[in-house]
Amino acid sequence: MYDRKKLAVLAANRKKWKSDCLDPLLAKAPERRKRFSTVSDEEIVSLYTPDAQSNLEYDEDLGFPGQYPYTRGVQPSMYRGRLWTMRQFAGYGSAEDTNARFKFLLSQGQTGLSTAFHFPTLMGYDSDSPRARGEVGVCGVAVDSLKDMEILFDGIPLDKVTTSMTINGPAAMVFAMYLAVAERQGVPFRKLGGTIQNDILKEYIAQHSWIFPPEPSMRIITDILAYCSDQVPKWNTISISGYHIREAGSTAVQELAFTIADGIAYVQAGIEAGIPVDKFAPRLSYFFNAHMDFFEEIAKYRAARRMWARIMRDRFRAKDENSWKLRFHTQTAGCTLTAQQPMNNVVRVAIQALAGVLGGTQSLHTNSMDETLALPTEQSVMVALRTQQIIAEESGVANTVDPLGGSFFVEQLTNEMEEKAMEYIRKIDDMGGMVAAIKRGYPQREIADASFHFQRLVDAGEKRIVGVNAYAIGEEQPIPLLRIDERVEKKQVARTREVRRKRNPRKALACLSALKEASLAPGVNLMPLLVEAAREYVTLGEMCDALRETMGVYTDPAMF
Amino acid sequence: MATAKGKGAPTATPKKPARKVRILVGKPGLDGHDRGAKIIARALRDAGVEVIYTGLHQTPEMIVNTAAQEDVDGIGLSILSGAHNYLFPKVMELLRGKKMGDVVVFGGGIIPDGDIPKLLKKGVDRVFTPGTTIREIVEYVNARIQPRK
Repeated sequence: MYDRKKLAVLAANRKKWKSDCLDPLLAKAPERRKRFSTVSDEEIVSLYTPDAQSNLEYDEDLGFPGQYPYTRGVQPSMYRGRLWTMRQFAGYGSAEDTNARFKFLLSQGQTGLSTAFHFPTLMGYDSDSPRARGEVGVCGVAVDSLKDMEILFDGIPLDKVTTSMTINGPAAMVFAMYLAVAERQGVPFRKLGGTIQNDILKEYIAQHSWIFPPEPSMRIITDILAYCSDQVPKWNTISISGYHIREAGSTAVQELAFTIADGIAYVQAGIEAGIPVDKFAPRLSYFFNAHMDFFEEIAKYRAARRMWARIMRDRFRAKDENSWKLRFHTQTAGCTLTAQQPMNNVVRVAIQALAGVLGGTQSLHTNSMDETLALPTEQSVMVALRTQQIIAEESGVANTVDPLGGSFFVEQLTNEMEEKAMEYIRKIDDMGGMVAAIKRGYPQREIADASFHFQRLVDAGEKRIVGVNAYAIGEEQPIPLLRIDERVEKKQVARTREVRRKRNPRKALACLSALKEASLAPGVNLMPLLVEAAREYVTLGEMCDALRETMGVYTDPAMF
Repeated sequence: MATAKGKGAPTATPKKPARKVRILVGKPGLDGHDRGAKIIARALRDAGVEVIYTGLHQTPEMIVNTAAQEDVDGIGLSILSGAHNYLFPKVMELLRGKKMGDVVVFGGGIIPDGDIPKLLKKGVDRVFTPGTTIREIVEYVNARIQPRK
């Protein structure tokens, strides 16, 4: 993209600038630090110029938006056509509570839903399980059966609103309940749009809401891929997630590398299950973190698009352009929020959200200022949503495509991000792919090392966090927090027991034994059986227990 | 900044212990947030403490059983699921049931300030809140916890 001869002149001029201009200044006034680095501790130099990127080719490396390799964006007109989807992750208490929050968010201009389930649901336990004590409705909404799902989406037209559901271990079961609700609303499956996270590999790596061991889990996932490509063609089947990897303490490069490596594992599994790549790959989507280091994050998103396009075209020989496009959701980084001076979090979230938008995200969740302390109040969620709306409507950044494309700094960071992430991916390939790497504890250990390193930097004051190890104040004014009523647990337990009493017990039992039998027969798709079980009000815990018997359970290797 | 609330302020310099202090780092409840627990486990190990880490998704019963089997001197619990008001008291109750009331229990995670006095009343020795440095926790363990018996 650059004329080599001119670059040589530039390099010489740069040297001269350094000796004539910069060095004399530094002799008098040294820089603030000996070494500058990103939040991931990647070194940043004082000035970026084109001579360091002499190999950059516009067509091959950047291209036009909506065209391979999509570095500048997956849509030709990006936000000039349609803004990103503003999608706040929400869920607490009972299905009624969360249904009310959903309706509030939609009334405030939110354009899609995103469901947070409570931990018992995430782990495949019903609310009346002894494992659920103290956790019902606390960190998300309690969903045990179709009954809860009906209440959760009551009055919300599923053919018009797309819903994202953060569910992994029991993704197939919760999805089956969602399909059963759609059926009851009279919405045909082919009209349903939305996402299940369904990314089990990152559960083993980082988020840790698993049920079954890796192999049977991958079989359930390929069942979902096959079922959806046939029956629910507009559904995003896996949201391949770096978010939690980053929250667990990884660097930006690790987030990118491990997430794409997970994506590679899913595509490989789908192909091995006999599904043509272009039948399921267009419905895979991604989910990244928006951390504090503004340019590092933007480079990460741009590199992710380019890497995925290259991998899908060259490695997996996908022919459909939609298989090459990396579409992604972004959430601002929960782990950067501070309990100290929580109002400052509004500013952090705004910067992170801006990075997501400048990086070309398709949808965005902005965290609320109080989320280090509890689930957000309505007031704080509103500020978080307004932050997105201010970026969209007032800042002007949505007026052109990829406004930072061509920045010497951003292009070089993008290149470095891709190179370093590809190194990791080669290592993981050498280990036999992500499933094998996880069994060895490789990504887990890399993340734990990075997280420990960062904490050391913070404790040493080398990384400064405002309100924590810089500009701290003594006593602080408490802010109002959302409290979950303890009666939620009692009511939820009673409802689930009533569901079990009122359903047809013979049919429910038959569903469970059919499910177990099918789970032992590879080649039988579990999805239709799960949908049938959901219709008969078989509970989530019952479905998961049945499969625990035949598929086994995964336990934490507990390394540190 | 780093706020640690509770009794058990560092006392006089402990005598040289006969054996290493043994700490169980536990993750009760269903949440998967083990970043803090792992950092603490590593830091305590680096500081010469013998650390046993339970891994995730433990019930209070599992934690107390492990504590008894491993004959630990202290238990550090990390809870980010909001279930601390149930899990901490349950662990304390089970410890007393096993005549292990002298095991020092401390904890951290996402625990609103308003909940801390109640937990201390139940016998939790100290609750560390976000922003606590590694060093503070290591110093606390060194000063407060010694081999039992």
